[in-house]
Amino acid sequence: MLPYPLLTLSLIIMWMLLNGFTLGHFVLGAVVAVFASWSMASLRPDKPKLRKWHLLPKLFGIVLYDIVRSNLAVASVILKGRPEGHTSGFLAVPLEMEDRTALAFLAIILTSTPGSAWLEYDSGDRTVLLHVLDVIDEDQWIEMIKSRYEKLLMEIFE
Amino acid sequence: MMHSAADIPLWAAVVVAFFLLVGASLTLIGAIGFLRLPTFYERIHAPTLGTSWGIGGIMLASMIFFSIASSRPVLHEILIGIFVTVTTPVTFMLLARAALHRDRAERNGNVPEKQGSSEEAEPDSVPSA
Repeated sequence: MLPYPLLTLSLIIMWMLLNGFTLGHFVLGAVVAVFASWSMASLRPDKPKLRKWHLLPKLFGIVLYDIVRSNLAVASVILKGRPEGHTSGFLAVPLEMEDRTALAFLAIILTSTPGSAWLEYDSGDRTVLLHVLDVIDEDQWIEMIKSRYEKLLMEIFE
Repeated sequence: MMHSAADIPLWAAVVVAFFLLVGASLTLIGAIGFLRLPTFYERIHAPTLGTSWGIGGIMLASMIFFSIASSRPVLHEILIGIFVTVTTPVTFMLLARAALHRDRAERNGNVPEKQGSSEEAEPDSVPSA
């Protein structure tokens, strides 16, 4: 009956955030959410599998902390210029994960972290091309992405 | 019941002002960077300041202010934050790939070749970063 329970739940919460937490809006929101998730089902997207959802708060914690840190770092690069020996450059990162949802999450994380931008992903050789604003050691960056985000995302989604 | 801005307690005013200033300053710095950084690929980093903690700070300030001023939790701003975060990568990738395509076609600068493409590079060659 409900092909995407998480989507339905999020739509109900969104409806109630916009219209108020009352019983009437819960019923109305539930009707809208159920019909919306049926129409989503007719598009037949890949159903994301959350294997270890209890790791999600840990991921959000790490990402929030990194976003604060890189906000300050990029602000200082813009205001004071790059320190000696630092450059900006392209970075090709080979990824092991193939799950679409996990890749989408990684794209969101890397884009919303200032200082790194996701340019393109090649599903043929599973490499993502990034542009990094402030880089000292390229291997260290690749290692950071793989150990900090990719490992956790693979545990959650694959 | 809705209070006016002058009626909210001092501690709340301080917290709201803090988040509002942090968000606004980061967005401003992002805009300055957008103007000043030399290359396209460096410039696309600057607005992400506004779309991460820029929007985050202003969102938090708005949530705190309206929750206290109207004496009930007002949380719907979080949706703005979620949708901005989720949709930014789409436009970013579009812009970045358009720029990559143009630079590769015109052979501008030191843009890496297309990864694993059969026409331009050997399939097993490692793209230089």
